[in-house]
Amino acid sequence: MFNLTNVVMEMNGEMDANGGRRTIMQIRDLKKVFNGTVVAVDGVTFDVYEGEIFGFLGPNGAGKTTTISMLTTLLRPTSGTATVCGFDILKEPNEVRKRIGVVPQEYTADEDLTGYENIMFCADLYGIPRRISRERADELLRLVELEAAKDRKVETYSGGMRRRLELACGLINHPRVLFLDEPTLGLDVQTRAAVWQYIRKLKEEYGMTLFLTTHYLEEADALCDRIAIIDHGKIVKIGSPKELKDSLGGDVIELGVQESDDDLTPLISSVQHVKEVKRVSPSEYRIKSELGEVTAPMVIDALRSKGYRVNKISLTRPTLDQVYLELTGKSIREENGDRTQAMRQRMIMRRARR
Amino acid sequence: MTTAEANKNLVQPAGGIPAPGDKSNSTIISSSPYHGLWALTNRELKKWYKNPVILLLSLIQPVLWLGLFGKAMNFGAIFTDGAFSIPGLNIPKEIINQLGTMLMLNVFGTTDYFSFLAVGMLSFIVLFTAMFSGMSIVWDRRLGTLNKVMSTPVARGSIVMSKILSSVIRSLVQASIILVLAVLLGMNISNITAIGVLGTFASLALLSFGFSAIFLMLALRSTNQNTQMAVVNLLNLPLLFGSNALFPASFMPEWLQAFVKINPISYATDIGRQMLLGAGGMGTLAFDFAYLTAFAAAFSIVGIMLSWRLLSK
Ligand SMILES: Nc1ncnc2c1ncn2[C@@H]1O[C@H](COP(=O)(O)OP(=O)(O)OP(=O)(O)O)[C@@H](O)[C@H]1O
Ligand SMILES: [Mg+2]
Repeated sequence: MFNLTNVVMEMNGEMDANGGRRTIMQIRDLKKVFNGTVVAVDGVTFDVYEGEIFGFLGPNGAGKTTTISMLTTLLRPTSGTATVCGFDILKEPNEVRKRIGVVPQEYTADEDLTGYENIMFCADLYGIPRRISRERADELLRLVELEAAKDRKVETYSGGMRRRLELACGLINHPRVLFLDEPTLGLDVQTRAAVWQYIRKLKEEYGMTLFLTTHYLEEADALCDRIAIIDHGKIVKIGSPKELKDSLGGDVIELGVQESDDDLTPLISSVQHVKEVKRVSPSEYRIKSELGEVTAPMVIDALRSKGYRVNKISLTRPTLDQVYLELTGKSIREENGDRTQAMRQRMIMRRARR
Repeated sequence: MTTAEANKNLVQPAGGIPAPGDKSNSTIISSSPYHGLWALTNRELKKWYKNPVILLLSLIQPVLWLGLFGKAMNFGAIFTDGAFSIPGLNIPKEIINQLGTMLMLNVFGTTDYFSFLAVGMLSFIVLFTAMFSGMSIVWDRRLGTLNKVMSTPVARGSIVMSKILSSVIRSLVQASIILVLAVLLGMNISNITAIGVLGTFASLALLSFGFSAIFLMLALRSTNQNTQMAVVNLLNLPLLFGSNALFPASFMPEWLQAFVKINPISYATDIGRQMLLGAGGMGTLAFDFAYLTAFAAAFSIVGIMLSWRLLSK
């Protein structure tokens, strides 16, 4: 089985269309309806390229986990198809499972066993011979810096340590695609940064493709090669962080001038790079432009040359936050508090149940 | 995959990422359908033997039953050794003893109730261990462990089979302990043979296989351990009392006798009584074993088939 699109593109010499990369996952109109009524994923179509970090971003209940569950063969799609590493998730799920690693949203390590026992358990599930799995386990535990704690029961681990253990478990079969469902949820800023460092290190070491969901936009921005924003089970936007930000229409320059009756809009619009000008009040203008840092001085010069005085200026770079807000109508910051809290609660409940 | 290839892979994990769809997978994965079965079983067992409190707790109940029922209701002692006398009639003690012994042999097939019950307790512990085998799959589902296991190439059937196997192994270990305790407490061992013990444990293993499979099936789709608990509580006593484990069936009402006749616990207990105590049984050993084998095989197969369908959503 090979990828026809890529072959065609190669022949046409258009490999650069996707950065010269091969497609490792093809998702076509994938849909999941629960209980006949809850449409969790509403026909998503996208490609993931080999070696990239692909981010799935969306508010609570958008269908991120459901999508991951289908791609990792845990859930049967209601309709649609997907291939992972060239294998159909429905027709050859076992071939898919051999080639993927999963780091789920929850902590799934067995609390009654030690870290080392947990990782060996994972290795055995893949049928990796002991001789090899021992070496891999040592290597992975070293990578995620759990060597010292490997013989302790997982119930004594902190949240960060658990997450790192999950990572190590997800990598034991040297997967070609690693799925990470909110890998840094509920972790403090430092631990988050550390986890990301591991993830990047591991990716470099093993040359994997990463498919992740996250609620932290800065992370998605800094780490992902491409991002899909999903809301109500539909992908509303897909592209590199830069493309997404550019789609907002570039930088925003806010300008205050001495109050006058003259409408300066035509004058400002004539400046190079300026794309859109809006008079917010008699003395205030909102300008959308590319290359804001270059355009802003040019606008000031243009105004000054006509005798107008600029008394206030600000330059805002578009953030992924704004993209997210514009596309989903929700600010992700409001959500984060809730989510972290919800996660904490879940963890506490889980402990209490034991 | 040869060792050399495997090593190459290890040194160079990312080495030459194969094209999508390339079947020559870069990772080293055993092709045996049984890989992971032992890992899964071992995980269950580890959780069990590393926590001796659970083992002790699970033994308390059958031991209590042995002590309370077996010793207090010692029917044999009631009928023999002068505990039983009819005022005014001067029946010689030997005759009373003989009558008592005959009575006991007729009713229980052995001369002491304690031994009779001890064998019943072996089935009891098997039943109770099997009942809770379903609980662990509910837990695994709740904690996400089940999902993690299912995202690996482990055969779905192995997941259920591992739970059954671990339950069987636990049951047999616990039954051995109960047997040793019963002997220490005075169980009649005059007829015990190695073959008898082996046969008894074989029958217990079959019993455990069948019941573990049944309770696992009930738990396959369940996400709630309370429901599971309720099911267990609903079924345990009827299954136990509706068998010959505690009392001989001959004194039971007709309808209950009919149930005893289909209850697999009766057959395992019957085998135990015949092979350990040399007691007369309700059926031939061959029929008892055939019945239990069919019971174990049928439900294990149905369990594994259901696991293919029900484990994935
Ligand atoms: N097993 C299920 N049965 C019924 N509905 C479900 C089930 N799993 C998920 N859903 C519903 O599907 C929708 C998508 O859920 P999903 O878990 O994929 O969201 P998510 O994007 O991962 O959210 P979060 O950010 O909270 O993790 C939600 O409305 C959820 O209630
Ligand atoms: Mg989720």
